[in-house]
Amino acid sequence: MSPLERRKLFTGLAFSSPWVIGLSVFLLYPLLAALYYSLCDYSVLLPPVFVGLDNYIELFQDKLFWKSLWNTTFFALGSVGLGTFMALTLAILLNSKVKGLTFYRTAFFLPSLMPLVAGSLLWFCMYAGQGGIINTLLAKIGITGPSWLSDPHWAKIAIIFMAVWGAGNSMVIFLAGLQDVPVSLYEASIIDGANWLQRLRNVTIPMISPVIYFNVIMGIIGGFQAFAQSLIMFGPTTAGYPEQSTLFYVLQLYNVGFMDLRMGYASAMAWVLFLIILGLTFAATRLSKRWVTYDR
Amino acid sequence: MRLASALCALVLFSSACSDSQSDKSTGVRHVVYWEKWTDFEGEAMGRVVDAFNAKEREHARAEPSYRPIEVEMVTISAIEQKLLIASAGGNPPDLAGIYSFMMPSYADKGALTDLTERAKRDGVERSQYVGRYYDLAVHRDRLWGLPSTPASVALHWNKRLFREAGLDPEKPPATLEQLDEMAEKLTRWEVTLASGEKQIKVGYLPDVPASQKRLLQVGFLPMEPAWWSYGWGFVFGGKLIDGDKITAASPENIQAYEWLASYSKKLGVDSVQRFRSGFGAFASAQNPFLSGQLAMEIQGVWMYNFIKKFADGMLWGAAPFPAPAAHPERRGTANAEVDQLIIPTGSQHPDEAWTFIKYTQRQDVMEELCLGQRKHTPLANVSEAFYAKHPNPYIRLFREMGASPNAWSSPKTGVWNEYGRELTTAADKIANLNISPQEALTQVQTRVQISYDRDRSMILRRQR
Repeated sequence: MSPLERRKLFTGLAFSSPWVIGLSVFLLYPLLAALYYSLCDYSVLLPPVFVGLDNYIELFQDKLFWKSLWNTTFFALGSVGLGTFMALTLAILLNSKVKGLTFYRTAFFLPSLMPLVAGSLLWFCMYAGQGGIINTLLAKIGITGPSWLSDPHWAKIAIIFMAVWGAGNSMVIFLAGLQDVPVSLYEASIIDGANWLQRLRNVTIPMISPVIYFNVIMGIIGGFQAFAQSLIMFGPTTAGYPEQSTLFYVLQLYNVGFMDLRMGYASAMAWVLFLIILGLTFAATRLSKRWVTYDR
Repeated sequence: MRLASALCALVLFSSACSDSQSDKSTGVRHVVYWEKWTDFEGEAMGRVVDAFNAKEREHARAEPSYRPIEVEMVTISAIEQKLLIASAGGNPPDLAGIYSFMMPSYADKGALTDLTERAKRDGVERSQYVGRYYDLAVHRDRLWGLPSTPASVALHWNKRLFREAGLDPEKPPATLEQLDEMAEKLTRWEVTLASGEKQIKVGYLPDVPASQKRLLQVGFLPMEPAWWSYGWGFVFGGKLIDGDKITAASPENIQAYEWLASYSKKLGVDSVQRFRSGFGAFASAQNPFLSGQLAMEIQGVWMYNFIKKFADGMLWGAAPFPAPAAHPERRGTANAEVDQLIIPTGSQHPDEAWTFIKYTQRQDVMEELCLGQRKHTPLANVSEAFYAKHPNPYIRLFREMGASPNAWSSPKTGVWNEYGRELTTAADKIANLNISPQEALTQVQTRVQISYDRDRSMILRRQR
């Protein structure tokens, strides 16, 4: 290596060092430490004791693990599915040329700026089974609304609706994608006699498929990390209420790690979650090859 | 310039890392104290800290060779987690205020300084306290902390609703059976008749379908609040743990949760769910007891503050929770816990921290603190002036509740968090009539016993 090359190497390393150090100290090290702890009986306050795969074996027999995994999957799929649909619909509507467009865009984006705690408390009031605004409105059209937050069958769905309400972020990303679609394609399709629906199916959706893909992946990752909603709405002592129907995976992980001081077991849970998200992302990437169009 | 700022950062960083460095030069002994309370409770403790610091400075002025202690109180939310992380990281505070139910788990894992010898040396004895509050700081025959402010609970009732229901507003239920009877009289519905007309009806109305009635007011709900829903067994003579056996599914506990389920059967699960989901947050005027939707409930010594804040002028009373008529001796069965001052293992100034703890145990200091936090004192001796000055009209009752042999506290085991959570969930399922008490409690017992045995083997391994 010539002195010049060496100097260049050092310069390169020095410039990338913030990232390299950040990644290894704040991501790689915790990741590997958690992997090691997941193989230990580790109460945080005492040195870890190696127990091999015991935590993982116990995990797969733990009914609360499966319960929380089911709750989380339900929530993630529900909020991603409904959220993507809503955000895309709104984005398409807001991409048309109507009067007061900026107002509508702001109005639909606003909820996503609401802090999670304030939003949760607001929805808590709206969901009241008796006297809540949602059920009062439903009653006006002759529907007896459920006890949203105290009926185990409805609580998860209620939290999904709440998540969809804050879909403003993905809406803005969709909107940016939509505005990127070349007008020439629309013009060509109009000349070919395509109607609105055909244009949507054959031009818009394929052209913004990378954006949809991005939003779905981010949605899944976010959905699997659901935590605060349940904690805020039902309080720390009865988190997961009613009947553990909102006991999300990360909430259970927190309970086990920080309340029961079983950090080894919690680490095992964290690694399983990591692998699930990794697997889903991988699957989505493979699937995306079939329907995501990158060429312009 | 760049070099200068880099140096500044380095100096700041190193000074942050070594907080005790400055102590030697100034001669002050710094004690870092983490306290969980904010608001008026935190301010009351703040005044105690200030008085202590002033006394120390006074001492140093009178005796120049004396190095005064300065306690620095830092308010910490979610102390359960933060103390854990700080202790694990080897950088805990010198002193901390925790809840009694945290202590056993921390002590078992070697995170607390054993205070037994210090207490013996300085003449701190059980007889100086309400026994229960002292005992809550003892685990495996060692002392791990000393009490600060205690809390006990009692039955609270709304006198206006009693009068409206034709009951004597000054007479709370004396037996559990009476409570059940009164609860029925205090339950009111809005019934929609076939004609569309709406009527107010009292009682349980089993013959009216749920779609035609709406709860307006309930006399009593065992699941409101759900905070102590793991403790109903005590009223029926049950226990949560017996030696090393988890006894969630004992006959007494099953009987208790059958009683709990009886309310759902009488009122209808759907109606109760609908009614409860309309309740506001605890600390709000929409709290069901404060808004007059719930006539009786178990609440703690703190409830007075919330009544004052959100429902000033409300006519209310507090009384011992009633017992089944066949067991009058169990009257006043209720939860009692206490805040504790502890010294984490790895504290830089354990002796100085102990000096402060001892100071807080003086009768005058403790009374000032408990008056400020509007609680009763954990000490055996109480001055008449304390009661005279106390704003809570039922403060003597709460003191008696804590001192009563029927009071119960969270079992001293490292798995209590999990156990409590499991029981709360079971109570929730039982109240929704989705599972029989027998089945739910057996499931809890099996699950928690496994965790308990694991925890125990960890402790034994550590002792070896």
